[in-house]
Amino acid sequence: MSLSNTENLLEVTNLRVNFRTPDGFVTAVNDLNFTLEQGQTLGIVGESGSGKSQTAFALMGLLAGNGVIEGEARFKGQNILTLNEKAMNRIRSKDIAMIFQDPMTSLNPYMKVGKQLMEVLMLHKGMSKAEAFEASVKMLDAVKMPEAHKRMNMYPHEFSGGMRQRVMIAMALLCQPKLLIADEPTTALDVTVQAQILTLLNELKDDFNTSIIMITHDLGVVAGLCDKVLVMYAGQTMEYGTAEDVFYRPTHPYTQGLLNAIPRLDADDEKLSTIPGNPPNLLQMPSGCPFQARCEFAKDRCGESMPELKEFAPGQLRACHKSVDGWVA
Amino acid sequence: MKTANTVLMEVNNLKVHFNIKSDNAWPWEKGQTLKAVDGVNLTIYAGETLGVVGESGCGKSTLARALLRLVPITEGNVVWLGQDLTDLDKKQMRSKRQELQMIFQDPLASLDPRMTVGDIIAEPLKTFRPELSKEAMKAEVRNIMDRVGLLPNVINRYPHEFSGGQCQRIGIARALILKPKLVVCDEPVSALDVSIQAQVVNLLKELQAEMGLSLVFIAHDLSVVKHISDRVLVMYLGNAVELASKRALYENPQHPYTKALLSAVPVPDPKVERGKKIQLLTGDLPSPISPPSGCVFRTRCPHANEICTQQKPTLQVLSEEHQAACLRLEDIANAS
Repeated sequence: MSLSNTENLLEVTNLRVNFRTPDGFVTAVNDLNFTLEQGQTLGIVGESGSGKSQTAFALMGLLAGNGVIEGEARFKGQNILTLNEKAMNRIRSKDIAMIFQDPMTSLNPYMKVGKQLMEVLMLHKGMSKAEAFEASVKMLDAVKMPEAHKRMNMYPHEFSGGMRQRVMIAMALLCQPKLLIADEPTTALDVTVQAQILTLLNELKDDFNTSIIMITHDLGVVAGLCDKVLVMYAGQTMEYGTAEDVFYRPTHPYTQGLLNAIPRLDADDEKLSTIPGNPPNLLQMPSGCPFQARCEFAKDRCGESMPELKEFAPGQLRACHKSVDGWVA
Repeated sequence: MKTANTVLMEVNNLKVHFNIKSDNAWPWEKGQTLKAVDGVNLTIYAGETLGVVGESGCGKSTLARALLRLVPITEGNVVWLGQDLTDLDKKQMRSKRQELQMIFQDPLASLDPRMTVGDIIAEPLKTFRPELSKEAMKAEVRNIMDRVGLLPNVINRYPHEFSGGQCQRIGIARALILKPKLVVCDEPVSALDVSIQAQVVNLLKELQAEMGLSLVFIAHDLSVVKHISDRVLVMYLGNAVELASKRALYENPQHPYTKALLSAVPVPDPKVERGKKIQLLTGDLPSPISPPSGCVFRTRCPHANEICTQQKPTLQVLSEEHQAACLRLEDIANAS
């Protein structure tokens, strides 16, 4: 993988997010590397505490006050991690937009939905009120909001969860960003509503050629939407490759365990295979590979050093001491 | 389906309605009625797992609570081993609770933060079998802790020291220590991560086989329900729309809502997921305060017509192991 590819929309190199806490430093994201081309969709998968959401917050410049970022994230060649608030505000929404997990709490309850949408356009595109109103209605139509005109005059509490998430998506797409970061956009929604939203995202991806970073714990969602998949565990990248590779030829013991632990609609197993134990406490990280305590293949070596993330086949990377075909002496 | 057909619980035309009154209503104003559960009939057999699925607001949690009489029942009854639970007074009901236990959704919130794990698990014993000596109680607690996979040295710790999965094990131990016959699990794994979820689901399955429990397993995740259940009940807006054996329901769903629900579940397989046809439902869930006339699903059903607005469908027996509540089943079958 060449990191200096100029076609890449986003290049993240050695991204590290640390938090100062009363109990010491916590590394939420540890040396993350990935690239994203225009129009591509990357799925970041992991369980709670794996650092996937902090990655998104770091890219958007939304980390909590005690967060410290290291590394680089080049968006169209420019490192966005070192930008000041004002410069970052110009990029947000116009170039990079984000959809948050909880559609209930990410809209302003005191403002009519229409005003919240128009605000974005008036600020970033300098539109007049009338223009902004028209463009907002158009965008609500694009996300298949019924009676868009009428809904502009309503408050968020008058919308259902799925409708609020549509408003969020419309808001994120108003300025036609190049990159959309979606942090668990369907986790709070019911399956039939989730299906509506995912279908919508798929259509928008095709219509606007938007790149998407999809952050989720649901491998089913990733399977339907993403070109590339990055599997995180305790802040580290475990495996990174195309969706086909990761789903059909997973090589990391954690990815394999995760795929086997999901009950599936299209399979009928008597017993689910499990990953024993619990994820490590980020405050007391074991030395070596963070997954070793739960890994059935772990050897002494795994406790001594963290395996490097290495490319073992074109476009397929993994961080594991065990070789793809088994242990080498 | 399990062969033993001893009926444990029978639910007849169960209705749970809540009276909703706005805060600034006048005292003489009549409130509105929210029909959380509106006429559900079902039978629970010994040793089986009945899965209950549906989306938020379909009444599945209210149904669970009503089975144990944790919410007032508006109409209908719940018959437990031949006895109508709705006839019992508070004291009589309390003694029945030894046989009927519940596991809750939020593992941490359902444990008292100021009690140790040992005390939490022992509390049902203290309530129902106060004659037991301290040693005997401790032995029982240790025994059940061992069976749910909790190490004996955690007995004096407090809930906040545990992860979600561990807390759920504590909740399971507390529910099982009295050796109940029926355990109602209200979304027991939906707050847990995938790898932990599999551990808890397997544990519940093992314990059920060991102790011969019946489970009512409520969840919104159709894949988990498929994994654990013998029979599945699908609910929509307070009504039962389909009740069938696991195989019949997942392989041959009949009700249009069940079909839409199943097609919407994402499958972790890129080729399957991208190739499949999703039956998208249009519109939103209607309000349970003013549900549609006739069939409650008709406002979102692609097959609805005149008759659906007038007549309310009830569960019809299609085969020995399959019931569905739809007026247009034949037409739909003929059309496809």
